[in-house]
Amino acid sequence: MRLIVILYLSFLLVIPVSLIFWRTFSHGVAPVWHALQDPAMTSAFRVTGIVTGISVVIDTVFGVTISLLLVRYRFFGRRFLDAILDLPLAISPVVVGLALILVYGKYGWFGGFLERHGFQVIFALPGMVLATVFTSLPLVAREVMPVLEEIGVEQEQAARTLGAGPTQTFRRVTLPAIRWALAYGVVLSMARCLGEYGAVSVVSGRLVNKTQTLPLIVDQSFQNYDVTTAYTASFVLAAIAIASLVVISLLRPKERA
Amino acid sequence: MTRSSAATVAPGRRHRTRWIRPAPGVGRLGRGGALGLGLATLWLSLLVLIPLAAVVLKSFSHGAGNFWSAVTAPDALAALRLTVETSLLVSLVDVVMGTLVAWVLVRDEFVGKRILEVVIDLPFALPTIVAGLVLLALYGPQSPLHVNLAQSRAAVFLALLFVTLPFVVRTVEPVLIELDHDMEEAAASLGASRFVVFRRIVLPNLAPAIAAGTALSFARAISEYGATVLLSGNIPLKTQVASVQIAGQIESDNTAGAAAVATVLLVTALLVMIALTLLQRWARRRG
Amino acid sequence: MGIDVHHITKRFGDFVALDDVSLSIPTGQLTALLGPSGGGKSTLLRIIAGLEEPDSGTVTIEGVDATALPPQRRNVGFVFQHYAAFKHLSVYRNVAFGLEIRKRPKDEIRTRVMELLELVHLEQFADRYPAQLSGGQRQRMALARALAVEPSVMLLDEPFGALDAQVRRELRDWLRRLHDEVHVTTVFVTHDQEEALEVSDEIVVINQGAVEQTGTPSALYDQPANEFVMRFLGPVTHLGGHLVRPHDIDISLTPEPATHAATVSRIQRVGFEVRVEARTADTTDADEVSIQLTRGLADRLDLAVGQQLWLRASHDASALDLTDTPALAVS
Ligand SMILES: Nc1ncnc2c1ncn2[C@@H]1O[C@H](COP(=O)(O)OP(=O)(O)OP(=O)(O)O)[C@@H](O)[C@H]1O
Ligand SMILES: [Mg+2]
Repeated sequence: MRLIVILYLSFLLVIPVSLIFWRTFSHGVAPVWHALQDPAMTSAFRVTGIVTGISVVIDTVFGVTISLLLVRYRFFGRRFLDAILDLPLAISPVVVGLALILVYGKYGWFGGFLERHGFQVIFALPGMVLATVFTSLPLVAREVMPVLEEIGVEQEQAARTLGAGPTQTFRRVTLPAIRWALAYGVVLSMARCLGEYGAVSVVSGRLVNKTQTLPLIVDQSFQNYDVTTAYTASFVLAAIAIASLVVISLLRPKERA
Repeated sequence: MTRSSAATVAPGRRHRTRWIRPAPGVGRLGRGGALGLGLATLWLSLLVLIPLAAVVLKSFSHGAGNFWSAVTAPDALAALRLTVETSLLVSLVDVVMGTLVAWVLVRDEFVGKRILEVVIDLPFALPTIVAGLVLLALYGPQSPLHVNLAQSRAAVFLALLFVTLPFVVRTVEPVLIELDHDMEEAAASLGASRFVVFRRIVLPNLAPAIAAGTALSFARAISEYGATVLLSGNIPLKTQVASVQIAGQIESDNTAGAAAVATVLLVTALLVMIALTLLQRWARRRG
Repeated sequence: MGIDVHHITKRFGDFVALDDVSLSIPTGQLTALLGPSGGGKSTLLRIIAGLEEPDSGTVTIEGVDATALPPQRRNVGFVFQHYAAFKHLSVYRNVAFGLEIRKRPKDEIRTRVMELLELVHLEQFADRYPAQLSGGQRQRMALARALAVEPSVMLLDEPFGALDAQVRRELRDWLRRLHDEVHVTTVFVTHDQEEALEVSDEIVVINQGAVEQTGTPSALYDQPANEFVMRFLGPVTHLGGHLVRPHDIDISLTPEPATHAATVSRIQRVGFEVRVEARTADTTDADEVSIQLTRGLADRLDLAVGQQLWLRASHDASALDLTDTPALAVS
């Protein structure tokens, strides 16, 4: 049984991923280095960085807020809110892109109005951020909520009786208690945001040097038979993904201790 | 709860969050809370609810007849069929292999187990487009194994298998860890063989988690896009999945047609999520 | 016959959990395995059930060498401290489990299960799930489940350990009555000496992986083999270099032969009993002597703090001479 599992995981997971590293450097480091210097590539790095940075911040703020609301309060519509929070994970990224275009595109519900006031959403950074946030929305909340529930309200109430205001209580009691779960959720959503492909490909317009992200580069250069660039970008993304997993697995035991 | 993980809903945790009674001291909304709730709801509406509503409305913008003909157009129908059929098949494999992997990870000890533990989550963390490229490297035209699955339906199957791998594993694992070992010993002392213990004690107790993981697998599979793009070749009527078909419609500016197929996907995902919630409620009641 | 345990040794890594334990448990009796936490009681019970393998030694159940048999072939009923209820099965199906495994006919199962549920007073809960039962009810269900397969021996590992004092006492009396009805050879683990003394026909005291003493409750209480057993079975105090039970001390208000002079330092009334602490001149009694009296006697003596007393162990008391028993470490 152990053997079946190891073989299954090897052929589905381990060998293919290792092969990427192998293929990337099959002609040495020079071509990879060269590909990394390409202006399209550096631009993609920058765009990916910006989009991921903004998205992770939004994810985190939203995630913590909604977690506190859902765990610490009882209000009308709470169950509904809790349920739709998971919705983004079950929706095709292409549908996400389409949905955003229909609302924020040039001919969309709000898009026309926004563009007339000089604010372009679709085919520009704001749209890419929206798409990225959409697909990674519940990740932070789903990590933080169970921990919030587990620590209960007693510590917070104790802090309140000791004279701490709501903000102080949050900063000094709640935040330290959830920090590992929060870190875990943040790393998770960062990994997800970096790699978002489908939704971003629909809303970005794929303008080279402007709205091209790393995952888009992988696709495009592969279709154009520029295998080196495709592998190089993939290599970077895969390395980040693996690094995130390692960070997460290091965070986990601490969280339990 | 230990380590349900990575870019998923982590249902092991989720059912816990869902059905708890209000903790003592849990409050009503104060002024700050109400403001937070207002902003969160507004954000959720602008980002998720309104755009999704726009998709559904758009799909019916030219009447139900057009919706129907867009969904039953040969390429749309073929894409939807391929998506659903392959997803079902993938879910089936996930049930068996996911449970098996979880079992080995929890109950077995061997060198390299810790590495497998980490690697399991790779499909969650790896960008989907990279996942496609990765699989293409081993099962594409330049396969070192000399199996070329590129541009075939098998490739779609493989891609979906890859991206859904962790769901069942990660939902079953925590339940298996917390499964009361005494229960198995009690069954053994009552005369049950190892196989009977597994079938009559372990499996029924894992069933809700397996079902939850499978539902997530299925929901993910029907909506997968990135991993299939490079691998499947996107041949209409043959290897094109629903998401790719929608993307094509968007590119050719047929947003109404795209919205129609998207609505079908949305409704399917919604049904799966509702089924999952009901399932968890039912499992909860059993204790 | 009954259960014979021969020279069982069990190690966990370097740690010796059972060290060459031999034991003979007679058929039809209710035997308690008594001892402090970590002493190896559960390990011994689990080895008898086949849930754990000994490193050496043999186990014989009703004349059959069971050492190599897997648990499902030993025909023992095992009851766990935390019930081990099959959560996904109703009470009825839980109890029926062993019979279903044995492929008994449906109506035979039905009759037997209902009979057992009646025996454990759970007949109206047949269709509930374990989650809907109280702890005591769950444990009774577990007992019925183990009894259903008509095991040749019943093994209970701290069956009442997870229950509150009241329910514990009820179930304890109930177990005794049940055993008088069913008469199956039963071994139960406990670290509660009162429970062991009250319920069992025979007690085996286990400490640090070895058997300290075996005997009837009164034999153990009255003739403890060593200091450990004496201490473990009830409160003790020192008097004149001897270990004595506090209620086995005679008090006199005048000097008498072979008594020890003492001064009352504290008097405490607890319900119907009175506890007196007294300090003797004897240097071997490191601490104060504790004496336990009935309230009637205390009132008649009219004791007061600072009063002079003369103490001696009652002539029929069990007392251990500390000078010739090696002092044992007691937790
Ligand atoms: N699976 C195991 N691995 C390692 N050590 C074990 C294992 N099971 C028991 N031990 C050790 O063996 C010793 C005896 O354990 P056992 O459970 O038999 O004690 P016990 O007498 O039943 O105690 P308690 O009253 O607390 O249940 C303990 O020190 C325990 O730590
Ligand atoms: Mg024990």
